[in-house]
Amino acid sequence: MSLNELYREVILDHYRAPRHHDHLGDPSGTAEGKNPLCGDEVTVEITLDGEVISEVAAIGVGCSISQASASMMSEAVTGKSLAEVEELVRKFKVMMAIEESDEEIVNPDRPGEALGDLEALQGVRKFPVRIKCADLPWITLQQALEAAE
Amino acid sequence: MTDLAHIRSDFPILDQKMNGHPLIYLDSAATSQKPAAVIDAVADFYRNANANVHRGAYSLSNDATDLYEGARATVAGFVNADVGEIAFNRGTTSALNQVAYGWGLYNLKPGDRILLTLMEHHANIVPWQLVSRHTGAELVYVPHTGDYALDLDAFSELLDERVKVVGITAMSNVLGTINPVRRIADAAHEVGALVVVDAAQAVPHMAVDAKAMDADFLAFSGHKMLGPTGIGVLYGKAELLEAMEPAEGGGEMISDVQLESSTWAAVPHKFEAGTPPIAEAIGLAAAVDYLQAIGMDDVRDHEIEITRYALDRLGAIDGLTIFGPADVSNRGGAVSFTLADIHPHDLATILDQRGVAIRAGHHCARPLARSLNTPATARASFYVYNVLSDVDALVDGLQEAREIFGVA
Repeated sequence: MSLNELYREVILDHYRAPRHHDHLGDPSGTAEGKNPLCGDEVTVEITLDGEVISEVAAIGVGCSISQASASMMSEAVTGKSLAEVEELVRKFKVMMAIEESDEEIVNPDRPGEALGDLEALQGVRKFPVRIKCADLPWITLQQALEAAE
Repeated sequence: MTDLAHIRSDFPILDQKMNGHPLIYLDSAATSQKPAAVIDAVADFYRNANANVHRGAYSLSNDATDLYEGARATVAGFVNADVGEIAFNRGTTSALNQVAYGWGLYNLKPGDRILLTLMEHHANIVPWQLVSRHTGAELVYVPHTGDYALDLDAFSELLDERVKVVGITAMSNVLGTINPVRRIADAAHEVGALVVVDAAQAVPHMAVDAKAMDADFLAFSGHKMLGPTGIGVLYGKAELLEAMEPAEGGGEMISDVQLESSTWAAVPHKFEAGTPPIAEAIGLAAAVDYLQAIGMDDVRDHEIEITRYALDRLGAIDGLTIFGPADVSNRGGAVSFTLADIHPHDLATILDQRGVAIRAGHHCARPLARSLNTPATARASFYVYNVLSDVDALVDGLQEAREIFGVA
């Protein structure tokens, strides 16, 4: 296990300069996520334009992994259709070893190959106690989507 | 410094590697490690003397009862209590709930106040919140000063005839602050209030004399003082325990059971419903014997030396903020800190890769974390088996964290 795999430069960049970090004016759905034992918090707001997520905000406090994951999630889902987001969430959870997949991971060294920038988070799967940090914004996104429906 | 380096080998768990490095355990404020003497006492009881207690129809049960009641006497002596003033339970949380539900529920009413401090662990807050919902009594909190001491002026202002109980930690699990319990107790008794002391951090690390403190109730846990998990202690002044209702009912705690009502066993057994933690009590007594063989003054001196060294070395790291008193004579060995904008969980992960185990988070004291204006801190805490080089390993890991996060 290497700390360099966990603390990739792109992760520290998202931690220090989180994207989509301003509240939305009139979101279609909002959810607050917390890991009460460690104190990580993230609020996810989304605006839906038909079947498309037109705007996202991810605002929170917590460790670098939770906050970078929130920032990267907000970039990854902006402008995506609900079906695309559903697929993205699934692929993220497979990468994090949170969900099993029937598909074979093509490259076990790079389980997040198909996820673009989000691949930077794949180092987290080697640090089991931190997986819940990375997952928090994605769970909260799903709750915000439910709230919007 | 008091040379306790030799006792490290008494703790089998410390002789292992974690992530390729020797394990350096700096989380004793959460739970302590156990010497072989405690592990053996528990195993020996199960091998040779296990039976239920207080049902002396046969010799083995008598032997188990003697060991269990002997453990009570050992623990009583450790905090200068009479043996009848010591009730066993699951831990500090359980003990404080017994006071809240056994005394608070029957004695508090609307208009009364429960005076707590912002330093309290959730275990000395939440039970009182639950009881206040039933009784209508109001919760009031004493803040701390900028130097992380209890604000005694604010305490004096808040203390009046409405206050019926004062809940106070003898040693903060976050700040390390040692509170002047005797002074608090004297003032509280002036207005007729009882004092409930959370001594979970104090009893393991310094000599505690319940009578000299003039505590009305005092609670602590076995697992933080080299003993097993699942055993805790409630000390109460004899006349208060006599008058207090049991919070739990069941076997072992009764004198007689009729269809509609029951009468209770004598103190302290009326507070020990069900089969008690027998092996755990015996293990706790072994832990007390172990601590007494070292001597609590030497335990305290050893921790003062390590804490002083830790405060010096941590204080020299750029961007590091310590939350707690600077004067080692006013604090215990729990040192909470933050480092620049690196989140405590990230610090814990980086240190873990070097075999260094620290705690990160709010340490079950969220009201305190809010008052410190920091949602989470890292905490290193020391005990008899720690040595100065453990602090060096901590500092080396923090320097690596600064490099990884590019802290200038």
